[in-house]
Amino acid sequence: MSYEFLVASAIGVLVAGGIYLALRARTFQVVLGLTLISHAVNLFLFASGRLELGRPPIWDKTVSEYTDPLPQALVLTAIVITFGMTAFVVILSLRSFLETGSDHVDGDTVPCDAQDGLAEDEEP
Amino acid sequence: MSLLDHLPILPVAIPALAAPLALLAMRRRRALAVGIAVLSCLVQLGLALVLMARVSGGAILAYALGDWPAPFGIVLVADRLAALMLVLTSVLALIALVHALVTGADRKGWHFHPLFQFQLMGLNGAFLTGDLFNLFVFFEVLLIASYGLMLHGQGPARLKAGVQYVVVNLVGSALFLIALGMLYALTGTLNMADMGLRVAAVPAADQGMLRIAALLLTSVFAIKAALVPLHLWLPRTYAVSTPAVAALFAILTKVGVYSLIRVVPQVFGEGAGAAAWVPAPWLYPAALASAVVGFAGVFVARSLSEQAAYAVIGSTATLLVAVAGWSAQTLGAGLYYLAHSTLAGAALFLVADVAARRRGSFGDAAIAGPAFPGRGMVALMFMAAAIAATGLPPLSGFIGKLLILMSVTTQPDWGWAWGVILGTTLIGVIGFARTGSAVFWKVGEGAGAPPAPPSRADMIAPALALALLAALSVGAGAASDYTKAAAAQVLDPAQTAAAVLVERAP
Repeated sequence: MSYEFLVASAIGVLVAGGIYLALRARTFQVVLGLTLISHAVNLFLFASGRLELGRPPIWDKTVSEYTDPLPQALVLTAIVITFGMTAFVVILSLRSFLETGSDHVDGDTVPCDAQDGLAEDEEP
Repeated sequence: MSLLDHLPILPVAIPALAAPLALLAMRRRRALAVGIAVLSCLVQLGLALVLMARVSGGAILAYALGDWPAPFGIVLVADRLAALMLVLTSVLALIALVHALVTGADRKGWHFHPLFQFQLMGLNGAFLTGDLFNLFVFFEVLLIASYGLMLHGQGPARLKAGVQYVVVNLVGSALFLIALGMLYALTGTLNMADMGLRVAAVPAADQGMLRIAALLLTSVFAIKAALVPLHLWLPRTYAVSTPAVAALFAILTKVGVYSLIRVVPQVFGEGAGAAAWVPAPWLYPAALASAVVGFAGVFVARSLSEQAAYAVIGSTATLLVAVAGWSAQTLGAGLYYLAHSTLAGAALFLVADVAARRRGSFGDAAIAGPAFPGRGMVALMFMAAAIAATGLPPLSGFIGKLLILMSVTTQPDWGWAWGVILGTTLIGVIGFARTGSAVFWKVGEGAGAPPAPPSRADMIAPALALALLAALSVGAGAASDYTKAAAAQVLDPAQTAAAVLVERAP
């Protein structure tokens, strides 16, 4: 029971943090938020085959109880895809920052210099 | 096994081979890369037509990848709907490719042709697969290619819109995976046909989870289809994309619609017990709202490409109004309109580009500019594209909207559909008349002499799209018969299940 609770609450915390960060206005925070969300999704997918301790996913002579191997394959695919996507979005937001001089997700007007001195949440 | 038995995998395999070949050839011999890309598109069109001919009798071709039997391995399923989408994709790809080559848009970056082929691979795969996780993978393939294509040509505006586009779709992918995880946990399968048989057996205590999964999956497809309130990513993205790319993107929203049409009847259809048709009550009002928002955008758009982007939202929504009826008549009318609206959207983007190339610094902004040479011809094409997009006679939009209006009368609350479709048509007509008269009629003060006009060759692609729209209205009888049959096939999931889940001799 406690094991399920641990995994479930970890996913919940990750998603909550991810959503909060993804809703921020600056690309770096959004990218971090997306990374947290994708971590949570990977954990969730992994748990979709039920949480079993100490059971092998593939055939073994000495074992009679197995865990579902399919979610592990799914997670592997998901990890590879999200890893590539995260790398892409990092490069994209860097390029966007360098070309437009602003790292705001949708504000074309906020210059980057105004970022550090002022409070983060002051929108123009 | 003859080569014909491998037909369903070829639309995925050919662009997958063409893309790296084009990439290798690009640096040294550009002409060779272009040749590979064009050849690949032509072969895909041929394959799609052969596939359509083979399934038009009602056969459902199931292709087990690696010969692993159905619920365990991944299957590709080619039926009437899949063949229709494949033909549409390959036709649209050819038009977009011709426009890119003629206008030289493919020379603005190194990787246009490989990305274009990967995009086609993702699209074809998404239309053919019979496995939900595989659908996710092909979604990612087409999305990552679309990120590259959307940014093709670069510039601050594209990068800015690109960040939003990518972020929205990454969140969409995360939701897709959560829905998949829930569905797998509940049913223990990822094969759509198999899942459709198993959802009825989900215990009563888990029905809530099942409904959440169904609605999450619907939301993901609604993001792709740009349904209100999930449409905000689309106008900016499409309006700043290279026009040839935007024309190809006209089918990206239809991928969302296709996935809804494929997954909802198959998995959450009649046999799904308490979860039957869970997404249906949400879809209809959302589609109506999207139609209003889309054509309101057409009405107020500041440039021709922005207007085309809103027209894509509006016409996809009109299509979903029909789809939300979930009956053979409405779905059949909707599928006919799907083919039409894809081509009409592409035609609008291409005509906008043709006008922009002749107006110098005015671009495609909806303000009075110079009286460029060949204005009459471009104006005529814009009018034809606008007629198609709004659904006036004689082009196929009229027939499509008529079919939708006639079919929805069998539904409850059909008055809303009539009011919204007819009202948005009027708003759309006024919107297109406004931008058309500004761009093609008035001459702006201080506009000066127009720049030297480019060769007329860039009118080929939009003319091709318009000719296909005309052909679609001439052949409306045959086309709507086909779409009706396709709709009936989709709404009978037992047929697909029987074809996919064959018992195999060991």
